[in-house]
Amino acid sequence: MDIIVCMKRVPDSAAKITVAGDAKSIEQDGVDHVISPYDEIAVEKALQLKEAHGGTVTVVCLGVAAATKEIRQALAMGADQAVHLKDAGGNRGPLEIAQALAGVIKGRACDLLLFGKQSIDADNGAVGVMVARLLDLPVVSLVAQLDVADGRATVHRQSEVGTEVIEVTLPAAFTVQRGLAEPRYPKIKGIMQAKKKPLEEIDAPAPAGTMALDKLEPPAAREGGRIVGEGKDAVGELVRLLSQEAKVLS
Amino acid sequence: MSPLADITFSEPIPFLQEQHLEVRELIHRYAQEQVKPRAARLDEEKVFPHDTVAELAEMGMLGVPFPEEVGGAGLDYLSYILVIEELARVCGTTSITVAAHTSLGTNPIYQFGTDLQKEKYLRKLATGEMLGAFALTEPGAGSDARASKTTAVRDGDDWIVNGVKVYCTNGTHAGTVILTTKTENGITAFIAEKSFPGISNGTLEDKLGLRGSDTRELVFEDVRIPDENRVGEEGGGFKRFMMTLDAGRISIGAMALGLAQGALDVALPYAIERKQFGQTLGQFGAIQERLADMAVKIHTARLTLYHAAALKDEGRHVAYAGSIGKLYASEIAMEVIDSAIQIMGGNGFTREYPVERMFRDAKLCEIGEGTSEVQRLVISRMMLKSVQ
Ligand SMILES: Cc1cc2nc3c(=O)[nH]c(=O)nc-3n(C[C@H](O)[C@H](O)[C@H](O)COP(=O)(O)OP(=O)(O)OC[C@H]3O[C@@H](n4cnc5c(N)ncnc54)[C@H](O)[C@@H]3O)c2cc1C
Repeated sequence: MDIIVCMKRVPDSAAKITVAGDAKSIEQDGVDHVISPYDEIAVEKALQLKEAHGGTVTVVCLGVAAATKEIRQALAMGADQAVHLKDAGGNRGPLEIAQALAGVIKGRACDLLLFGKQSIDADNGAVGVMVARLLDLPVVSLVAQLDVADGRATVHRQSEVGTEVIEVTLPAAFTVQRGLAEPRYPKIKGIMQAKKKPLEEIDAPAPAGTMALDKLEPPAAREGGRIVGEGKDAVGELVRLLSQEAKVLS
Repeated sequence: MSPLADITFSEPIPFLQEQHLEVRELIHRYAQEQVKPRAARLDEEKVFPHDTVAELAEMGMLGVPFPEEVGGAGLDYLSYILVIEELARVCGTTSITVAAHTSLGTNPIYQFGTDLQKEKYLRKLATGEMLGAFALTEPGAGSDARASKTTAVRDGDDWIVNGVKVYCTNGTHAGTVILTTKTENGITAFIAEKSFPGISNGTLEDKLGLRGSDTRELVFEDVRIPDENRVGEEGGGFKRFMMTLDAGRISIGAMALGLAQGALDVALPYAIERKQFGQTLGQFGAIQERLADMAVKIHTARLTLYHAAALKDEGRHVAYAGSIGKLYASEIAMEVIDSAIQIMGGNGFTREYPVERMFRDAKLCEIGEGTSEVQRLVISRMMLKSVQ
């Protein structure tokens, strides 16, 4: 079984994010980057499927030159090869990203195409399903369980509504979420082997400029809490504020 | 990641090549995510970190400086030192477990073992399939290791060993114990499988620090050890063990360094957040001086130890550089962690924060693998000899 996983390099969620001088990007200095956590889950699942069924795992990453580090991490975890679509800068909306990814995936052997359900920086949650559409593949999003047998996948799609159990004929695409797999730490040996694995570097097409980022602003600072009183006496006022001001009670 | 981690991670250190940075990043991530949350419990409940040891073995962290052909990770001693440092930064117990296993329980077999011994034991040790231990210290032989009273008497192709070893790290859980014995013509070293008849567990020490670490008394009663398990020639054990300790000391230094760095990791953000008299602690000159002194000591210890490890990787003698690194790092660790507690006031003294544990853990570094007094002896002897 040949599996392709798309992964993105994102700032570590523990990093302190500040807006850079251009007011359009984030300050990169001192910010650690990681594989976007849902993508990392997808990589792990792909490796588990390969270990169980045989085949290959290819990771595809559209990202700046420095993303080699995150790509190497996926290779160190056990992926067989990687394609680095090198991004020289500029803005791309989800559709443009999806077009670029679909462009390099098309024509490659692929029974299973995996994505994280969303990246933890842009949070669009759009790219996976768009790539699937562009490649004419069936797609199930928000997958929390995934089993493969006889050319078919049985998946649990978990959303706030509940869990849907869906069967799909392969090849197919899936966007995955927490609960599907626990990403492994690479072995030291894996890190060394990763350096010898094929890493194809392709220049990404220049952004078409259909989407421009005008301004990036940090979220407004959270206001401090308010103490409305003490003990039983405070309950009435608290309920009033929660229902009328905060509108979390009805 | 703490702000300081960023400083130490971006400051280029000439000894560190790409491969060192990669292994450090991996162990750093694992230590912060997995080892740190477990550390308090190991200390409070005196539990041995079985899960962590298994995970580290899986990653290849129990055989870092040994070649791949014998089951190791194929890296160098400096990489191993980085692993000990990063583990100690969050958990002393875990770091001493790995250090005793690697530099004391495994390295002598790698350096001095016969092919057969390597075949039988080295692979299992280097892959972490089993843990190694090292038993030199006896009730009457501590700093004066030559005073060993454990005897080995030749019996055909075997030796019969009798005696008591104390403070053996990993003594309970180890698959093999390398031990020193008194033989007719000096000190002779052997590899004993923990399962050999006649070896029994004595007291498990209840300690000030490193409370999850397995520090065990081992009793040897008529233990039959085949001659093929002898490490080095008869009477040649002492010199060999001293050479083992020379390199082992660098890793105790790394443990001290990691503990010191770990305390600064906690105290620095605390000093930025905590306010008194309308200012953060970091705005008081007295606290700034402490922070600067902590950083200087840590930085100096780090460079000294990396230098010693790099010398070892070049195949040079490290008795001098290793002793200096071990002595310096273990003493500044006590000072740095003391400062961390002082900066944090009452909070530093409580179990809400890990610095009190680090304080207790770090004390061992001034005692184990040669006390500070012994290090000063070693260093001064070499100095005096050099001008004679
Ligand atoms: C947690 C822990 C783990 C350990 N793990 C191991 C292990 O895995 N394997 C092992 O073999 N041992 C182990 N040890 C033992 C350790 O190496 C010894 O405790 C150490 O070498 C000191 O010996 P001692 O305790 O007998 O102290 P002593 O030798 O009795 O020393 C007592 C004091 O006298 C000083 N002193 C001694 N001789 C001199 C001198 N000539 N000049 C000046 N001062 C001197 C010492 O510096 C010290 O301050 C461990 C100990 C601990 C606490």
